[in-house]
Amino acid sequence: MADLAPTKARGSRGAETLLEVKGIRQTYPRGNADHLLVLEGVNLELKAGEIVGLLGRSGAGKSSLLRIIAGLNRPTGGEVTWRGRPLKGPTEDIAMVFQSFALFPWLSVLGNVELGLEALGLPESERRTRALQAIDLIGLDGFENAYPKELSGGMRQRVGFARAMVVQPELLLMDEPFSALDVLTAETLRTDLIDLWMEGRLPLRSILMVSHNIEEAVLMCDRIIIFAANPGRVAAEIRINLKHPRSRDDARFRALVDEVYIRLTKPFEQAGTKPGQGAATVAGGIGMILPDVSPNAMAGMLETLAGDQFKGKADLPELADELTMEIDELFPLTETLQLFGFAEVAEGDIRLTDAGRHFVVSDVDQRKLIFGERLLARAPIASLIRRVLDERPTHRAPYRRFSEELEDFMSEEAADETLSAVVTWGRYAEVFAYDEQSQNFSLENPE
Amino acid sequence: MATFRPTLTGFADLKNLSRRYRPNVFDIVIFALVFGALALIAIGGRQTLKPLTAPNVFISLDPWVLPNYALRTMLRMFAAMGLSLLCTFVFGAWAAKSRRAEMVIVPFIDVMQSVPPLAFLPLTLVFFLGLAPGQIIGAELASIFLVFTSQAWNMVFSMYHSCRTIPRDLKDLSDSMRLGAWRRFWALEAPYGAPSLIWNAMMSMSGSWFFVVASEAFSVGNTNIALPGVGSYVALAVEKHNFGAIGWAVLTMLLVILATDQLVFRPLVAWSEKFKVDSQQSDEPATSWVLNLLQRAELSRRLFRPVGRVLASLASIRFGRPIEAPAAVRNALSSRTVDWAWYGLLTVAGAVSLWRAVTFIGGAVGWPEVGWAAWLGAITLFRVFILVLIASVIWVPIGVWIGLRPRLAAAVQPIAQILAAFPVNLFFGVVVAGIVAFHLVPDIWLSPLMILGTQWYILFNVVAGASIFPGDLLEAAASLRVKGWAWWRKVILPGIFPAYVTGAITAVGGSWNASVLAEVAVWGQTKVEAHGLGAYIADASAKDDLHRVLLGSVVMAVYVVLFNRLFWEPVFAWGAKRLRAE
Repeated sequence: MADLAPTKARGSRGAETLLEVKGIRQTYPRGNADHLLVLEGVNLELKAGEIVGLLGRSGAGKSSLLRIIAGLNRPTGGEVTWRGRPLKGPTEDIAMVFQSFALFPWLSVLGNVELGLEALGLPESERRTRALQAIDLIGLDGFENAYPKELSGGMRQRVGFARAMVVQPELLLMDEPFSALDVLTAETLRTDLIDLWMEGRLPLRSILMVSHNIEEAVLMCDRIIIFAANPGRVAAEIRINLKHPRSRDDARFRALVDEVYIRLTKPFEQAGTKPGQGAATVAGGIGMILPDVSPNAMAGMLETLAGDQFKGKADLPELADELTMEIDELFPLTETLQLFGFAEVAEGDIRLTDAGRHFVVSDVDQRKLIFGERLLARAPIASLIRRVLDERPTHRAPYRRFSEELEDFMSEEAADETLSAVVTWGRYAEVFAYDEQSQNFSLENPE
Repeated sequence: MATFRPTLTGFADLKNLSRRYRPNVFDIVIFALVFGALALIAIGGRQTLKPLTAPNVFISLDPWVLPNYALRTMLRMFAAMGLSLLCTFVFGAWAAKSRRAEMVIVPFIDVMQSVPPLAFLPLTLVFFLGLAPGQIIGAELASIFLVFTSQAWNMVFSMYHSCRTIPRDLKDLSDSMRLGAWRRFWALEAPYGAPSLIWNAMMSMSGSWFFVVASEAFSVGNTNIALPGVGSYVALAVEKHNFGAIGWAVLTMLLVILATDQLVFRPLVAWSEKFKVDSQQSDEPATSWVLNLLQRAELSRRLFRPVGRVLASLASIRFGRPIEAPAAVRNALSSRTVDWAWYGLLTVAGAVSLWRAVTFIGGAVGWPEVGWAAWLGAITLFRVFILVLIASVIWVPIGVWIGLRPRLAAAVQPIAQILAAFPVNLFFGVVVAGIVAFHLVPDIWLSPLMILGTQWYILFNVVAGASIFPGDLLEAAASLRVKGWAWWRKVILPGIFPAYVTGAITAVGGSWNASVLAEVAVWGQTKVEAHGLGAYIADASAKDDLHRVLLGSVVMAVYVVLFNRLFWEPVFAWGAKRLRAE
């Protein structure tokens, strides 16, 4: 197998600073004059020889930050420096791997990898040699002439890696590179990547990855940076001082996973985040962003919690394992349970409340009743909708009446998601009806 | 073809599209710009050259000249197609990249799609003849331009739409690899848009045989122009009452269309399968025996390889990196101020154009005449509506019946497509002979001509829609014993609705265009005329009355645009929202 990194020796750990992110702020324009704040005051440093993970809920701006570091987007404020110089745009020193693989379907494996070398202006023969080396390194030999559609997901992502490596970058950016793969394939690919990294056979000097999977981050990274949402900012940093290869069964590994869970659930426990930022908090006002979680999933989670295995209290990592959920699925669910007061989260544990127990033992109609009461009491937007419908003589109100009010606090997409959640919940609890055709809320039940 | 491919990509993704581009007041500005420009070209042409001199070309009725004529006709088609492609690559990609360009290009396409192509002929003919006085090339250019105007717009739209829907990751990747705009176009945008573009090119080609035939023999005032081609051959045959010659021409045309389909477009469509990304994959990829032959034969490989290399190296030319403008300049260029300046410029240009168009038309006609044209438009609209209704009643049940039988559908589909491509105007003379012989009422009996060529769009879209109808749903309906009218109303009609609407939109558009030829038809010295906007334009064109040609075109474009906006788009959006199986 070829070796792509004979010349660039990796610096000793904690030595040279490669990348510096200083006070990054990112806003996106909205319809009217104001802007949506996506990132604020983000500081970050990447040193030679380390793998760093960005962990956080979806919508926390991790991918935005990654795109800024890749030179694809310009930040509204702040600065990114690469080896001491301001980063002006995409550079051959920084390569990227995508969750969707981003392969050109009309190019063969070789063609896709060679495309990475286009911008370097190399002669054709050298391009071919280097591409074949990268393909070899990443374990794709024999597949040079295959087209992406002929490959399995794991093989496709290997092409993504080979294409990134072929330019011999110093920094590799990965945007959830394994989350589109099945569990086994993802694990193989992770192990292979770490092996190559540890053996020093990659040209890389540092890796920065976005992840939704806590165990994956603890398995691979030297440092985990935890992101908080609305606006996206660095909330905490956890150092992982475990030697590779790491074992998931190791007690210290488990302890670190627990610690990450605790840090990740912290922000939601602090009630009363500043209003107007649309933070998803239990005690928030109308500006809460509500995740579109189905009542069935909530009921399922409550039943699992109440079941014999957990008996009303579960360690979040264990629960995630049991339900095979990543944090972008798990957290919206646990938060919604908190919002309804069916469960409480503290110190990385989730505990069923009395209301939660009551819900579990009730029959279908009672469940709807409990759900409806809690919805109106605890989700301000739901009670607003109900109040408006009660007050109007026609008992009807258009969607826009509420979406516009929400948009004072959040983006259009977030407002749509929140209303979509409220529509589902309201329909389930039969506290109001919604007609998608006319985009009207109403009190009438369809015959 | 087992897959449903909408004939107009633009409409198929209307819902998607409306998220960004919404019709607004600038559409009216663009509308004014288009007709102002046409008025200018018409006026300008008149000033440079009068009187008209037509080049003299001898047309023979000997069947042996037909291969040569067919070749000439085809060359015109492909010249126009080349022009359309160029226009597509430039404007389609540009509209997707620049917000300000998009604001002009999208409504421009919309308006151009609704102007009857046949009206361009009298309006631009003088201009083109003026380019090369006394020579045939001017008339050739006018003909090619006419065909171009009937082909280009849905292609541009398809490219624009493809560019807009390129996955963000692929764009990011191209940026991060620093491909540069030229290389990126050929590495990403063109291949990504290829499947839809090739499909739309095929549809355009199929629709434009009608126009190439019509543009070969025509009279503007006292100027008679005949370009060597199948169209002028038939025109002469009609004049001489020669049924035999018409028969030969029809046969030739069928062979030409069959050849273009099998030798050019089927291989291209099959080849374009490789450019499809996962989400667009069809279960049964298109195949072509010609493509298989080409790809397998060593000889053709050797022949194509050098060509391929030249093209590849052209596509990978690296232009120097664009000079990065300073941040201040970048910000200034994307500022609101420049936006307003741009809106202002457009508004002024639109106002000037409007004034030109109004004075041009108003110089010859008064308001009552505008009302008269609008009334004629209403008659033609009514005619189109009734015809599409009748065609739907006939073809929807047949299409469903065929579509649910896969083997039959596979056999019928190519035939329907070829019938849709066939320029039915070759038959018009024969129909008129019938009307004259039996003393029929032209207002009624000329009407079917309008839908003769375009009804097939309804058929093959319905067949395609029915053939992709989920088998599970059919079986569920059968097991619930849903039958008769309930089966039609609750099961199949909602299922094929989007496909049917696509077909009906195409049929309606084609019928409007055909009205210019169908409402006035001749057999030798006999002229039969129905009341309608098409006849109004045709008459004005024959009298070389450009004012009325322009007025007629404006009225028709207004009707078509309004009909699309107020009827088809809501219907389609409703169908897309309500009837799409998730």
